[in-house]
Amino acid sequence: MLAYATRRVLATIPVILIVALFVFSLLYIAPGDPAAIIAGDQATPDDVERIRASLGLDRPFVIRFVDWLWSVLQGDLGNSIFTNLPVSHMISQRIEPTLSLMVLTLTLSLSFAIPMGVIAAWKHGTLIDRFVMLTAVFGFSTPVFVIGYLLAFVFALKLDWLPVQGFTSISHGLLPFLRNLILPAVALGLVYMALIARITRATMLDVLSQDYVRTAKAKGVGQRGILFLHALKNAAVPIVTIVGIGFAALIGGAVVTESVFAIPGLGRLTVDAILRRDYPVIQGVVLLFSCVYVVVNLIVDLLYTLFDPRIRY
Amino acid sequence: MIDRRGLLKGTGALAGAIAGSVGLTRPSLAQGVDNKVLRFVPQANLANLDPIWGTQYVVRNGSLMIWDMLYGVNERLEPQPQMVESHEASPDFKTWTFRLRPGLKFHDNEPVLAKDAVASINRWMARDATMGVPIKRRLDALEVVDDRTFRFRLNQPYPKMLFALGKSSTPCLFIMPERIATTDPFKQITEIVGSGPMRFRKDEWVPGSRAAFERFAGYVPRAEKASWLAGGKRMMLERVEWHILPDAATASAALQSGEVDWWETPVSDLVPLLRKSPNIAVDIADPLGNIGALRLNHLHPPFNDVRARRAVQWAVSQSDYMQAVVGDDPSLWKEVPGYFTPETPLYTEAGGEPLKGPRNYELAKKLLAEAGYKGEPIVLLVATDLAILKAQGDVTADALKRIGMNVEYAALDWGTVGQRRAKKDPPAQGGWNIFHTWHAGADCVNPAPYIALDSSGDTAWFGWPKSDLVQERIQAWYAAPDLVAEKQAIAALNQAAMDHVVYVPTGFFKGYQAWRKTLTGVVKAPFPIFWDVSKS
Repeated sequence: MLAYATRRVLATIPVILIVALFVFSLLYIAPGDPAAIIAGDQATPDDVERIRASLGLDRPFVIRFVDWLWSVLQGDLGNSIFTNLPVSHMISQRIEPTLSLMVLTLTLSLSFAIPMGVIAAWKHGTLIDRFVMLTAVFGFSTPVFVIGYLLAFVFALKLDWLPVQGFTSISHGLLPFLRNLILPAVALGLVYMALIARITRATMLDVLSQDYVRTAKAKGVGQRGILFLHALKNAAVPIVTIVGIGFAALIGGAVVTESVFAIPGLGRLTVDAILRRDYPVIQGVVLLFSCVYVVVNLIVDLLYTLFDPRIRY
Repeated sequence: MIDRRGLLKGTGALAGAIAGSVGLTRPSLAQGVDNKVLRFVPQANLANLDPIWGTQYVVRNGSLMIWDMLYGVNERLEPQPQMVESHEASPDFKTWTFRLRPGLKFHDNEPVLAKDAVASINRWMARDATMGVPIKRRLDALEVVDDRTFRFRLNQPYPKMLFALGKSSTPCLFIMPERIATTDPFKQITEIVGSGPMRFRKDEWVPGSRAAFERFAGYVPRAEKASWLAGGKRMMLERVEWHILPDAATASAALQSGEVDWWETPVSDLVPLLRKSPNIAVDIADPLGNIGALRLNHLHPPFNDVRARRAVQWAVSQSDYMQAVVGDDPSLWKEVPGYFTPETPLYTEAGGEPLKGPRNYELAKKLLAEAGYKGEPIVLLVATDLAILKAQGDVTADALKRIGMNVEYAALDWGTVGQRRAKKDPPAQGGWNIFHTWHAGADCVNPAPYIALDSSGDTAWFGWPKSDLVQERIQAWYAAPDLVAEKQAIAALNQAAMDHVVYVPTGFFKGYQAWRKTLTGVVKAPFPIFWDVSKS
């Protein structure tokens, strides 16, 4: 397994390089000029040109790419064009909020989605099944920002139970941390929960129709044992796959949630950087997301071995 | 015996007791109430803190707390001494000598000296196209006389020196330590050491999310009452936090719930909701407002012909623009058939007939035909990510179509518009015919900061209008000895600029600001002013 994991990690290097080149190229050819944004409305074309030169944006593509890549290989993601802060510093400021949001969202979603999917499959065709599916449809159909606004309106503005916006680090206490994150996590988690619940239900239905499940029933195994010890374990592989794929959707959804709840996370950092054409930040964040996604996929693949002993690397 | 119902009841009671003891069920906010901390929602993200290198208004607004200026304009836009104790000007306005107030300190507790002022002025002159560069062109020497005195020696008169040194339009002349002010003006400063009433907490800065400023105890305000950037800048607050909330609905909710105290630019749609709250005050933010602008490209057909430009003047309706931009609140806009800010001393409507009264599409079509327009695409750059510009773009597209123009609507973002408008290529080869913007009213009170009126051709602002008459009339204003002469000069300038159609003003509009009633001292101004603001 270690050899497999090592091979996978090494195989990601060319993938990351291709992603880096792709993003760098896209930014290079995309319209927009950070020098013009920095210089402002009152600047003359000469001013803009001088700023562009001082930022090194007038150098040829290949030189810029090689310079940047060489720096990255030495652990230096460069400095933001606008803030002049190291990109790594800006990312480190934003990692905790995004990570916290995603962990809490995952935890809440899985905690509700899997039991919902299991129950829906168990009670297939009944009102309970229909209710669960209706909830899933609602979760899919309602945009994250609409749910976010509704939650903020009810729980923050009207009931005054929770704050409207912001983030408190866990180092300031678990309760303040949770109070800031619960609404965004629910808003973001609803679509994720809908996805997982549906997949769980579908795979459980498939597994529950298998011969070995009928055998287990015939042998007198209780309902709980059938559902959670036999069926769910065998249904876990597709569920884990979807959780991994859904992680990417979660990153995208985090951008909207972070804006609605003013969470200073990586999603907002990325959007702000794109709008400003802050190339080093965009490149740094995309590189980070690529690495994260690769790691998540690796974890998913390794988890397969946990649920299905037939899978060995 | 413990039964199931009793167990549930007991568990619930216990959970409630625990929750109550840790505050879970108490309705409360995440933030405590602190009457020395103001939480402010600015108009945009504070992405950097170098007001010479990055000239965005939000950078200027933050910088006004951190750095002081030699002069500051009051609410009548009259420059008043701020860091300067006294000045002398030669009768020919070629020699200007300034003496700094005693006891001024930077945030590192070093004294503010004349050499710091000179270095700051040099850096500012290199970047300020409206007044700094003209002064630099006239400059024979800018010298330090002694620790508190410095002198300009000019080879041509410059009567507006005090206004230049105290101008509120960006970039402002902020006084920094010499070692920082000698930074290349085209590179960002790396150290932030202020001279103003608030110190910037760079260690707490999360760009895009939050910035914090703390009162600098060593600041010595002037004795006079504060009036905009003039007078005594007395901070009643210990700390000002800027919370960047990109979502308007979130900012509105945060203001209503008391999580923030002051919102600089609430969207018009949400103002009625905010007004309903008994805890929130809403008022006009800036009495000088803004002037919308339809910028034409004078280099290429059809707008290289003044008749085509005049056709646009007769076709567009300022009331359409203004209602699209600010909604149906008539107190927020007015038509402005001229280039200068309404309700200011130099406002004039001379030559503004094409923008007054009902639109004349027939005349516009006739002018277009005379100009030789034959249906070529008119490239209209529209920044769809900025509501004000999107609204203007939509109205223009409609107006031009009414007079038979073939509009090519380029839906872009502001970053792309910013890049493309700098291109002098023909529209069909990546250039443009029209783009929209707006100018702060404070920048349109006279020709000095008014870069958009410059008609020097190739070196003019985007659009590159060229009119020797307009340039002559601008110089006539500079030479005007008093207000009466200035008014005459401005009337003549407005006439010339309207005749030439330097650009087409789309109307005058204002915006709101909103704050919690726990704040007192919030004033209307072109920028948020934090001195004299207190919180109960």
